[in-house]
Order: sequence, then C-alpha cells, then structure tokens
Amino acid sequence: MIRRKEFDQNLEELRNLLRAMGDHVQEALKGAIDTLQTSNIAKAEAIIKRDIDLNQMEEQIMEIGSRLIVTQQPVAKDLRRIIVAFKISSDLERMGDLSIDIAKVTLRIEGQELIKPLVDIPRMAELAGIMVEESLQSYLDENTDLAYKMAQDDDEIDHLYSQIIRDLYAFMTANPDNVQQAMLLTLVGRYIERIADHATNIGESAVYLATGQRPDLNN
Amino acid sequence: MEAIINIDKLNLYYESYHALKDVSMDIPEKAITAFIGPSGCGKSTLLRTLNRMNDMIAGTRIEGAVKIGGTDIYSDDVHVEALRKRVGMVFQQPNPFPKSIYDNIAYGPRLHGIRSKSELDEIVEQSLRQAVLWDEVKNFLKRSALSLSGGQQQRLCIARALAVQPDILLMDEATSALDPISTLKIEELVQELKDRYTIVMVTHNMHQAARISGRTVFFLNGEVVEADETQKLFSTPQDSRTEDYISGRFG
Repeated sequence: MIRRKEFDQNLEELRNLLRAMGDHVQEALKGAIDTLQTSNIAKAEAIIKRDIDLNQMEEQIMEIGSRLIVTQQPVAKDLRRIIVAFKISSDLERMGDLSIDIAKVTLRIEGQELIKPLVDIPRMAELAGIMVEESLQSYLDENTDLAYKMAQDDDEIDHLYSQIIRDLYAFMTANPDNVQQAMLLTLVGRYIERIADHATNIGESAVYLATGQRPDLNN
Repeated sequence: MEAIINIDKLNLYYESYHALKDVSMDIPEKAITAFIGPSGCGKSTLLRTLNRMNDMIAGTRIEGAVKIGGTDIYSDDVHVEALRKRVGMVFQQPNPFPKSIYDNIAYGPRLHGIRSKSELDEIVEQSLRQAVLWDEVKNFLKRSALSLSGGQQQRLCIARALAVQPDILLMDEATSALDPISTLKIEELVQELKDRYTIVMVTHNMHQAARISGRTVFFLNGEVVEADETQKLFSTPQDSRTEDYISGRFG
C-alpha cells in the first residue's frame, strides 16, 4: 500500500525538477542564439559547461522515479506521473544537448562576420522557446488544449525551417566558395526544429498523463 | 469470452444489513476474475453467494438471480451438494482434513460414489499434478496432510477442490496466510488452471489482482463501482473512487 504523504512529496519533487530543467533549457536556447548573433565565445563556452546541471537533474529524476516504482508499486495515474517524468526529462535533456550544439556553432564560426543578418533563425528560436514553455505548462497544469495547440506551433516551426533551408541553399549556389558557414547555419535550423519536436513530445506526455491516451502531435 | 456466471440485480441482506446492493455482472468462463475493495465492501459475501455458502448464515435474505451455466442456483430444484461439486472453494487458511494426503484428495470423489481403487489413484495423482504438488508428495501419500508446510497445504486444498472436477474455483484470499514464495507458487498454479477452470478470487493484495487476473471488479459499500479488464482498471480507471482506492487514498 502506498504511503501517500511521502509519495506525494516525492511526486512534487519530480514536478519541481522538471520545471527547473525546463527553465534551464529555455535559458540555454536563448543564450545560444544570442552568442550566435553577438559572436560571444565566452558565453557560448559557459552554456556548454552548464549542461552538466541538466544531466544531474535528469539523473535525480531517474533515481526518485525508480525508487518510487520499487518501494510504492504505483498504479494508474500515479504510475503515469512517473513514466511521464522519465519521458519528459529525457526530452529536456536532449533539448539541452541541442542548445549546446548551437553554442558549438558559435565556437566554430569563431568571430567571422555572419554571411547575412540572422532573421528567421532567431524567430524560429523564439517560437521554439515559447513551445518549451507551453509544453511544460501543459504538463504542470495537465492542460490538454494547450498541448494540442502546440501541433500548430510545430507546423509554423517546420515552415520557418523550410524557408531557412531555401535561403541558405540559394546563398550556397550563388557563393560556392563560401559554404561552410551556410552549412553550419542550416544545422542550427535543424537543431531548433528538433527542439520543437521534443517540445511536442512533452505535450504528448501531458495528454498521456491527463487521459491515459497517447496522441500524435508531431506528424 | 462466454460468461459462465450471470448475476442479475442481486441484493443480499444479513438481517437488516444490506450487504450487496443491486449487483449485476457477467463472469467469463475459463478466466480469472478478481474482486477487490476495502474490508466490508461485500466482495467475500458475493463470492460466497456463488456456491451458496451464505445459506449457513441465519437471517440471510437474497433478491435477484445468480445463474451458473444458465441455471438459477437459488431455485428450489438445485441441490446444494451438486452445486458445490461444480463450484469448489479454497479459503484463506489452508484447511486440510486431519487425514492422509491421499485421503484428503479422495474424500470428495468417494463422497460422490467412486469406490474403485485404481480410479481413485488416478484422480489423486491427476489432482495433485494439476495443483503442482505431485512431485513433492508422491512418495508420502499416506503421510498426514497436516505435516505439510502452509503453502503445500494450500495447494493440497486446491487439489482437493479439483478432485471432484468442478467448473468453477472460488478463492477467498487464498494466499494471504502464505509467505511470498508459496504465494508465488499458488499464483503460478492459478494462472495454469485458468485454461481449464473459471476462477473467481477475492484478494486484499491489489498487486496480486493486477498480476494474475484478466478482469477485476472493484466493490465499495456493497456496490460494484467498476468492472473492467484488469490492465485497464489498474492503468486508466474510469471512476475516481477506483483510482483513489488503488492509489492508496483510502481503504
């Protein structure tokens, strides 16, 4: 039989850790785009270093969740709360890694002048940041409407990504001797697009938590 | 899956106490159905109506119908002995007779008129094999059943119930007095038996219900709150009272 008081405290801890991981990811993504725009090498390196905190929080979630499963044998929604915590923490950890990949692009460009002013990439990153926030809110409030709305945001992201690819492809065709930076910026678009996909995964987890059903918000 | 037991608007009173309220359900054949719920919820009472064990309690009154294989078991022309041959029962405490292992198993068949030694030998062996006890006792069949361990005694009681070839086996918290290993053996045994018998079990161990039953029925205050496939009831219960009970919020 579950000892509710201790169990509920531990579930609350899982929620708090996920909230903290979400904040961390939002900061890392925003910061990484900022370093790209400002060629701020020191800040890019600091973002890469801080990833260890995110990994530690994910491990903590794995530890608390496994312990609860072993000691309390939860069922129904209690079990879903833990399954979802595992799944969301893994999505957030991946999002952290992708933000680092963006910061690494800043390092690789290494202070070169940008081939063009960044417009669509920051817009895409801003939208992805909103999706991260929405995904966490949909989880914390079990707000399925918000989770379903993210499918539309993801379409917008995909649209922006296609536009970035088109622009950079045109640039590479016109400047065949200068493709390296354009390739790196294409990758940045890809990283942001993947971050948004992980945000929709979190939305799916929120719907699963609330209803026990698994929707597909990313098709 | 075909239902072998049909319960229709069953109400049961102990004197003025209304113990079962408008209970209706179909219990599928050759499957394990688990009854769960807090103490006093009516789950054991319902189990005991299935072989008329409640008849022995003075002041019991029943309304509604309990049909097994289409026959109303409370109609006047049903003989309780014949019913209990068809619907066997295993209790919380192992209750072997103070006789030999062999005589415990042969008791029921003898009562139903079987006298041939070879026939009885075969029934004893078959029943003990089905209860996964044969290999442990085959060399000591004349030894007292009371010399067996608790877990072995309970498997002996299951073998004894199987010896009269029932269709249905009722188990009233049949593992709650056993250690974890003996419990596991009984659970494995019950899983094997479900291909040949309909099993209805009352358990206080929700994880046992989740582990071995195909359907679970949740009772509260004499009423059926929810009945569903076990996997569904324990993952996405439809009623908040079920969720609260299985999550340990009361009971």
